Amino acid sequence: MSPSEARTLSAPVRVSFDYTRSVGPVLGRFFDGLREGRLLAGRTGDGQVIVPPPEFDPVSHDAVTDFVEVPDTGTVVSWSWVPEPVEGQPFDRPFAWVLVQLDGTTGPFLHALDVAGPDEVEVGQRVQVRWRDERVGAITDIVCFEEPVEADDEPRGVVADDADAAPGVAAGGDATPLITPVNLAYTYAASPEESAFFRGLQEGRILGQRCPACGKVYVPPRGACPVDGVPTTDEVELAGTGTVTTFCIVNVPFMGQKIKPPYVSAYVLLDGADIAFLHLILDVPAEEVRMGMRVEAVWRPRDEWGTTVENISHFAPTGEPDADFESYKVHL
Amino acid sequence: MSKQPAAVIGVGQTHHRAKRDDVSMAGLCREAIDRALADANLGFDDIDAIVVGKAPDLFEGVMMPELFLAEALGAAGKPLLRVHTAGSVGGSTAIVAASLVQSGVHKRVLTVAFEKQSESNAMWALSVPLPFIMPVHAGAGGYFAPHVRSYIRRSNAPSHIGAVVAAKDRQNALKNPYAHLHNKDTTVESVLASQMLWDPIRYDETCPSSDGACALVIADGDTANATESPAWIHGTVMRSEPTTAAERDQVNPQAGRDAAAYLYRQAGITDPLKQIDAAEIYVPFSWFEPMWMENLGFAEEGQGWQLTESGGTAMDGVLPVNCSGGVLSSNPIGASGMLRFAEAALQVRGQAGEHQVDGVRRALGHAYGGGSQFFAMWVVGAEPPAH
Repeated sequence: MSPSEARTLSAPVRVSFDYTRSVGPVLGRFFDGLREGRLLAGRTGDGQVIVPPPEFDPVSHDAVTDFVEVPDTGTVVSWSWVPEPVEGQPFDRPFAWVLVQLDGTTGPFLHALDVAGPDEVEVGQRVQVRWRDERVGAITDIVCFEEPVEADDEPRGVVADDADAAPGVAAGGDATPLITPVNLAYTYAASPEESAFFRGLQEGRILGQRCPACGKVYVPPRGACPVDGVPTTDEVELAGTGTVTTFCIVNVPFMGQKIKPPYVSAYVLLDGADIAFLHLILDVPAEEVRMGMRVEAVWRPRDEWGTTVENISHFAPTGEPDADFESYKVHL
Repeated sequence: MSKQPAAVIGVGQTHHRAKRDDVSMAGLCREAIDRALADANLGFDDIDAIVVGKAPDLFEGVMMPELFLAEALGAAGKPLLRVHTAGSVGGSTAIVAASLVQSGVHKRVLTVAFEKQSESNAMWALSVPLPFIMPVHAGAGGYFAPHVRSYIRRSNAPSHIGAVVAAKDRQNALKNPYAHLHNKDTTVESVLASQMLWDPIRYDETCPSSDGACALVIADGDTANATESPAWIHGTVMRSEPTTAAERDQVNPQAGRDAAAYLYRQAGITDPLKQIDAAEIYVPFSWFEPMWMENLGFAEEGQGWQLTESGGTAMDGVLPVNCSGGVLSSNPIGASGMLRFAEAALQVRGQAGEHQVDGVRRALGHAYGGGSQFFAMWVVGAEPPAH
């Protein structure tokens, strides 16, 4: 572990969402074709035949409206071996990515090739689509390319020149939205200054730092004072008491929400700090929370503490008289 | 070296809806682009460069969408730039496009901004919990509501001002066929009766979640002079500031005040309320109208709400604000800033249709983004700039 890793805290973050893709009329047709086990290409103004069909002609810029059905056989024009597949790839065993020029097309199409080793792939190799049995109208309806079942040395022409006339192919594409799960996993790293703050919380202490240039006390401390650009330095231990500068009552539920609404999300200006930070106000009806209300930190039981602001369960009213507006108005 | 003159000669936008599931992202952009090119009477071959803008990639889950969109945007073989300044991006994108013409680098630049919010959920995307901190964030509304409360306290504004803005903008939207919301029954009373979402912000005081795009063609002086009604660019400005800093003014941000002052200096404006005839201001939550009236110098600090309450920002007021219905009636986030810039251009061109204000000579387009930390603005005029 390097010194910088030792003094900074990190934690995994996983962000995931099932995105809804509206694919539009051109790609909608392509996906409808896949559901039928057919490959639809688009023909551009300069005679290129491309799978998947481009939505707009790259030369004339017009919407592509000329579709042809092409065979599910083709020739490898380039490839790359994947010795260690990662999550979400077509196979969990080694495979090849291949650029295949499908018969009847003028440009390559990317997909996986299922072969045992890189010595089984070569440019010029004939391949054919392995279709999934249960197709839904997505690119994964093609499991992969594979070696042709029968001897197949000759490229073939297009299957149907007018895809509208091809049986089983919807004329306009029904534009069924595609659900696309996206996952992002990464490591969140706190800065050295924040890490010191989070470690202090683990000991039940709230540690701010003062900017050596402007003298303002930041909590959490900063790697760079936003005004002066230098790291905050001199440590200032803050009391758990402060003033609510402003707040909102969150009544709206939403996906991924961690706290059940309604709750009061408030800026609390800790005594001795020059910047407020966001926390939760409890132990008082939401409608009684006020700007200027004096509050104090309510800590969770010590055995639940970690390196997190969540060690402070919430802030609760102290019962003191409200702070004078003048005392916090520059913090709004 | 002084800037070259530049003008908006083509404006296009989509019909904004909650779900435009009839089109892809590319198709959505092209709907706006094709209208802008037709308006400019130009084709893709006449365009020198393309500048595209959208808000965070998490909104659609496509990293760097400008790459896969390049061909659809007509960018093959041409410079393609992407601009990214959160919610203000539509405005910043138009300004970058304008700067390519003003610098003399290009003569005709196409710019487009979009968002397809139906592909995901912006509230989720803006509230992803991070380790070590309190998970109290609650989307854009949760972010801005405390600052609206601060404004109300600082200005002693009556509590119904937000509803006045919402009712006005929703009524204005009825005159705009492209607007997402067409709620003819919205009144101050109905807004006040709507659910409190992020107290003090009510449901009807928030913007909708929209799919939409906007495109502009910005051209040099010679090209613009050959067109019927160019909207001449009299000034542009972008300013930013830290999201959080000790004693940062979140109600009346310094960056916004500085930006407006610099913009007016460029445009020769000394009394904005008198010299600007219409404004399209980025108001995603109704209370931001009075807040920005002050930030932009149309009212003294603490008095923006009086301008709103008196009807001064209505279509027949001293400064008509958001005659298009504004962000409160259509919010394809990435496009929302460009829509403000575009609507300002339509007003000075006399082409705003039913929501046209008579005799607009100069109009302001404005956008802000992030935690009120990015600002983008322009002033356009019916006449070429004097200097």
